[in-house]
Amino acid sequence: METSTRERIEALIASSPIFVFMKGSKLMPQCGFSNNVVQILHSLGVPFETFDVLSDMEIRQGIKDYSEWPTIPQVYVKGEFMGGSDILIEMYNSGELRETLEVALAS
Amino acid sequence: MVHPDQVKAAISRALPDAAVEVEDLTGGGDHLQVKVVSTAFDGLSRIKQHQLVYGALRQELASEAIHALALQTATPV
Repeated sequence: METSTRERIEALIASSPIFVFMKGSKLMPQCGFSNNVVQILHSLGVPFETFDVLSDMEIRQGIKDYSEWPTIPQVYVKGEFMGGSDILIEMYNSGELRETLEVALAS
Repeated sequence: MVHPDQVKAAISRALPDAAVEVEDLTGGGDHLQVKVVSTAFDGLSRIKQHQLVYGALRQELASEAIHALALQTATPV
């Protein structure tokens, strides 16, 4: 990965405590998995920012290399990769997600 | 697209003890739901567990032969 790509990714992730790389936007997700993540975060009422990877091929590939994770969406909390749609759903259902995000937002 | 049996075989090569269930959600072979139960996941975070499975399917995911993969991992009870 180009250094400039890595720097762009790091700046994005640092721009908000909860940051999501997704297909489409918050208002118009372009993929069911990205939509799942947006709906979950909305239902918890937490603030989050997103980046549409469909608008930028460099980030679309770069983010997969950055996290060594081959799929999108990808959710970052306080700069750390937390998972994709499956993991978010599982953590949401167990109540772990609310707890983790509350702690992250409080600190 | 890939055949569910190919996906199963690829995961079994990487995780020989795994019990693998593959469901083709649309019949098109590119939207798959996969459940994997293996002792290899013991003590690993969810991310690491999923990365093991993604690693086995690296080629299929990179080529987008698999477009969507819903993944559940667990250790045997």
